[in-house]
Amino acid sequence: MSSINFINIKGITKTFGSVIAVNNIDLDINKGEFFSLLGASGCGKTTLLRLLAGFEKPDKGKIFIEKEDITYLIPNKRPTNMVFQNYAIFPHMDVANNIAYGLRKENLSKKELNKRVDRYLELIKLSGYGNRKADQLSGGQRQRVALARALIMQPKVLLLDEPLGALDKQLRANMQIELRSLQKDVGITFVFVTHDQEESLSMSDRVAVMSQGKILQVSTPDELYEQPENEEVANFIGTINSFDAKIISINNGICTLESKYLGDIKAKHKYDIYSIGENVLVGIRPEKLKLHIVKPEKDFGLIEGIVENISYLGERSHYYIKTDGFVKSISVSSQNVNRAQINQLINEKKKVWISFNSDSLILIKKN
Amino acid sequence: MKNFFQYSLGDRTLIIYAAIFLLFLYTPVLFLPLFSFSKSQYMMFPISDWTLERYVTMWYKTKLREALYASLKVGVFASIISTILGILVARAMTRYFFPLKQSLLGFIMLPLAFPEIIMGVGLLIFTIFVGLELSLITVTAGHILICLPFSVLILISRFEGFDKNLEEASLDLGENAWQTFIRITFPIVGSGILASILLTFTISFDEFLIAFFLSGEDPTLPIYIYGQLRHVKNIPYMLALGSIILLVSFATISFAEWIRRKGMKNKKFTGIFE
Repeated sequence: MSSINFINIKGITKTFGSVIAVNNIDLDINKGEFFSLLGASGCGKTTLLRLLAGFEKPDKGKIFIEKEDITYLIPNKRPTNMVFQNYAIFPHMDVANNIAYGLRKENLSKKELNKRVDRYLELIKLSGYGNRKADQLSGGQRQRVALARALIMQPKVLLLDEPLGALDKQLRANMQIELRSLQKDVGITFVFVTHDQEESLSMSDRVAVMSQGKILQVSTPDELYEQPENEEVANFIGTINSFDAKIISINNGICTLESKYLGDIKAKHKYDIYSIGENVLVGIRPEKLKLHIVKPEKDFGLIEGIVENISYLGERSHYYIKTDGFVKSISVSSQNVNRAQINQLINEKKKVWISFNSDSLILIKKN
Repeated sequence: MKNFFQYSLGDRTLIIYAAIFLLFLYTPVLFLPLFSFSKSQYMMFPISDWTLERYVTMWYKTKLREALYASLKVGVFASIISTILGILVARAMTRYFFPLKQSLLGFIMLPLAFPEIIMGVGLLIFTIFVGLELSLITVTAGHILICLPFSVLILISRFEGFDKNLEEASLDLGENAWQTFIRITFPIVGSGILASILLTFTISFDEFLIAFFLSGEDPTLPIYIYGQLRHVKNIPYMLALGSIILLVSFATISFAEWIRRKGMKNKKFTGIFE
């Protein structure tokens, strides 16, 4: 990640009829970065990608790649290539011709062309598949052919539109790892569109969370999860338990808060966006809560409740705890390290105690 | 297989209905080839002597050959031009959003429901009004008008089944719009294009009313046949000619339909124009 000025998106707006798909977005993407656009369907992430590819023209704003204005450049003149959601493999051509499709203008000799195609077939681990037709390939193989067909053009930026969406869960997990290591090998900037938050967290250097045509937060995956800027991001990325609180004082990055149910608590804040007297939310992730069946010796950070519901997920379980103070039940995630715990000790209607560390509390701006 | 009498009364009625239906539909048509082989000038049973003479000697009629040539010319131009226009319409209808899209499509399809005689008269008045000379060109123009809806119907169903991402992928990989059409669009919708050309050709080839109003000195084949029917001695030749046209039309339509189905092999077949 060297130069900062690689892709600059400045004040881009795109409307379709009365729908504002992308609303005045500013965004900078670094060279060699694996960058994700994350959001629910209809949030504008695909439109933003298509604006980068040149399939859409913005109503307002500019897009630069390496300081060159590409806002109105047609797709075939852009240093970008795209992997489509449905892969768009040309059905009347075999794999080799699909991969070689974009090389026509380079007027390579037959030998040189074959050599290059073979190299990319090897890269995507499909050596020997050159003569297959698109309908003889599995979903994962099609996805890789689409990848090779774009990468062989040696683009400055590779745009990926939910490329793993159509794959089954197991294959998807494998492709996530492969795609990530491929990106590191080729060193090309990837802009990756997904609605799957786990996928974006596990693969990206940075993630932009989008909603209703706006970007809510741009951060590294761990910042996004541990320090969400606002309520919407906090709720979109993972699960969070949140409580109302009021800021009493701010001192050296630490806020003292008054909370009806948790008493006076302290929480760190990363962003300098809070003021004294402000009503905020205090959040805590389910895995940072600890469940006890015997009341622990502790005066701070203890909540008493009754197990309402348990969902068993294999390596961990989710417990939903009903407490007197809170309307919503508190979600606690616990690793199933000890089988006995799930089988015998905790069951529905059982009285439990939840403990937490004040370190784990997250200060969240209210929407 | 079941014997006819093993079916229920309702089924037997339906079978008889179907048989009568087919009989009514095809017997008159079959009279054409049948009497074309009869030596007698009159279409009467029993046919005593058989001959192939008409099939041979009709080709010596210069007027017939000219009319055939005229119809082929009109058919080729009308089918190719209406198919090209059909491609443009089908692309616009399936690829873009624009105001009044459905109304525009309705207007393009209107000739399907329009009485041809009214259209023929209208076109004639218009042609005279703008001072054009009646010729095969005006006939071709009229035929394009009535062929276009068929081209559009066939091609829209092809373009709808054709993923627009494929064209975008081609643009993305550096090809311009024209190269994309040659390398991607044409190979994929090609069978639909061919089916459209063949079908519209047969429509133009046997079209009578519009050609009747718009042809000047040079008659097309249907106009020529109509003229010949006034003389009894010419009728057997027209029967022979009609039989050949019937055979060629049938073969062309079957071929067009076969091509079209082959091109859509992954889709459920629901009729000629879906």
